[in-house]
Amino acid sequence: MSWFKRLKEGIQTTTKNKKETPDGLWYKCKECKEASTMKEFRENFYKCPKCDYHARIGSKEYFSIILNPGYTELFTNIVSEDFLNFVDLKPYKDRLDEAQKKTKLVDALAVATGHIGEFNIPLTIACMDFAFIGGSMGSVVGEKIALAIEYCIKHRTALLIISKSGGARMMESAFSLMQLAKTSAMLTLLSDAGLPYISLMTDPTTGGVTASFAMLGDLNIAEPKALIGFAGPRVIRETIKRDLPAGFQTSESTLENGFLDAIVNRKDLKNTLENMFSMLGVK
Amino acid sequence: MVFMDFEKPIADLYDQLNKLKEMDNQGEMDMQEMVATLEKKIEVERETLYKNLTSWQRVQLSRHPERPYTLDYIERIFTDFIELHGDRNVKDDKAIVAGMAKLDGAPVMIIGHQKGHNTKERQYRNFGMANPEGYRKALRLMRLAEKFNMPVICFIDTPGAYPGLEAEDRGQAEAIARNIYEMSQLKTIILCYIIGEGASGGALGIGVGDRVYMLENTWYTVISPENCSTILWRSWDYKVKAAEALKLTPEHMFEFNLVDGIVSEPLGGAHSDYDAMAAILKKHISTNLKELAKEGHKNMIKRRIEKYRNMGKFRVLES
Repeated sequence: MSWFKRLKEGIQTTTKNKKETPDGLWYKCKECKEASTMKEFRENFYKCPKCDYHARIGSKEYFSIILNPGYTELFTNIVSEDFLNFVDLKPYKDRLDEAQKKTKLVDALAVATGHIGEFNIPLTIACMDFAFIGGSMGSVVGEKIALAIEYCIKHRTALLIISKSGGARMMESAFSLMQLAKTSAMLTLLSDAGLPYISLMTDPTTGGVTASFAMLGDLNIAEPKALIGFAGPRVIRETIKRDLPAGFQTSESTLENGFLDAIVNRKDLKNTLENMFSMLGVK
Repeated sequence: MVFMDFEKPIADLYDQLNKLKEMDNQGEMDMQEMVATLEKKIEVERETLYKNLTSWQRVQLSRHPERPYTLDYIERIFTDFIELHGDRNVKDDKAIVAGMAKLDGAPVMIIGHQKGHNTKERQYRNFGMANPEGYRKALRLMRLAEKFNMPVICFIDTPGAYPGLEAEDRGQAEAIARNIYEMSQLKTIILCYIIGEGASGGALGIGVGDRVYMLENTWYTVISPENCSTILWRSWDYKVKAAEALKLTPEHMFEFNLVDGIVSEPLGGAHSDYDAMAAILKKHISTNLKELAKEGHKNMIKRRIEKYRNMGKFRVLES
């Protein structure tokens, strides 16, 4: 009775592309273009209830998904400065002001400390916010990671860094480059202290972030279908002068190539992390 | 001699000089005096020109086709060089050369980006753009140096790590990250020199050390001026502006405390006199190795990590 049974998922007319929905009540998936209620979307860990697309979320959301209630945000008083007086199409100073106003965030990374799971394993999370200048890593991101690592060592907590970044922040020039060295060097101290570090890569994790702390976890994990790479796809396309193969630079291909331990669905994130940290242990 | 566009006045003077010399050689007239005056003039002109180089001109000089590369320095500074190949996993990357050699009789490990002097060589060296294998070869040999207590000397000169399909598949990011991590705790002296281009992660992948120096006509930052222009100005045309904005010259980098010093080049740049440049560098390397050896191994790694820990500028709000 194919008259009454829908053979293909979704409404097949083109109207779905036109329909604008008011913010706040509905969530329209970027991937499958289907709409769901915001409530459904939120309860589904900010994934599309229809196609499981992992929407980009911020540090606040990750903290509340992963940590037990009652966590504390740390180092919120460290802010970026336009010390080079960097001006491209806009002064860096204006970009910072705009980003702060728009996102209500201090910079592209937030740190929170608390506990995870029923055994209350102490965990500190440093999580990037893509909404803040593309999650770019400047001095503040580097400093907060360094402080988070020192906090972990002092208070004997495990470390999770959630990456979501376009790479280094060009407007801080060489200072942003040196954050690769700063964060990586600090991770050696965490390792010396015998504390576990898990790196979670989310969409997108590229550039200097991938080429430093994101790839240096005791365990490297990722959300499904995230873009993970060093050079951006556009740069590679221009270099090799042909189209990129399907599935290039995804979580899935990164795992196949041997650089990820596991891909974890966001709904399983808390359980998986709790499990991993309980096995690695906080000595 | 290859002249950069901004060296046009000097190039013109050289033309005149050659003509004078020719006339002198033909014996028609005695031109010695004029030749001498002109040579003097060139010297003065060059001095003023090189004293006032813009950031972009520095970038151009760092890419001068006749600039000395790692192997040119190895040949002139060290003895008994044995090149060592391969990362023991995939292949031997020709964009990074490495090997053991002696400096004043003592063994050292040398690792450096290598560019080519002609088209064929440039292709062979992949324009100094290393693949993950190159970084992994470097790490393998750094570990070897650590085991046998040899100082590691790195020569950095790259337009960036190679952005290719295979490079990504074989973990370009992981290779660079791993090197940065391991270099920050390598239990032997690491001395780094930016001898040409210091572009981003590709440079830092062999660029973490106890001391990092830049030659006078080089640059070091997070992105090339061209790519910065394409991303931030959305056009290729602002590379000169981008070079200015990035503050990528040795003077800036030293002022920012991101490098430990500047090595001066012979007048007219390193390419004008390979031997003189190598002699300056040799002296610099020996002095620094001696000083670092005197500082001792005890707190070396602590000092190194501390140095990188302090890099960054930000504001701390009163809470």
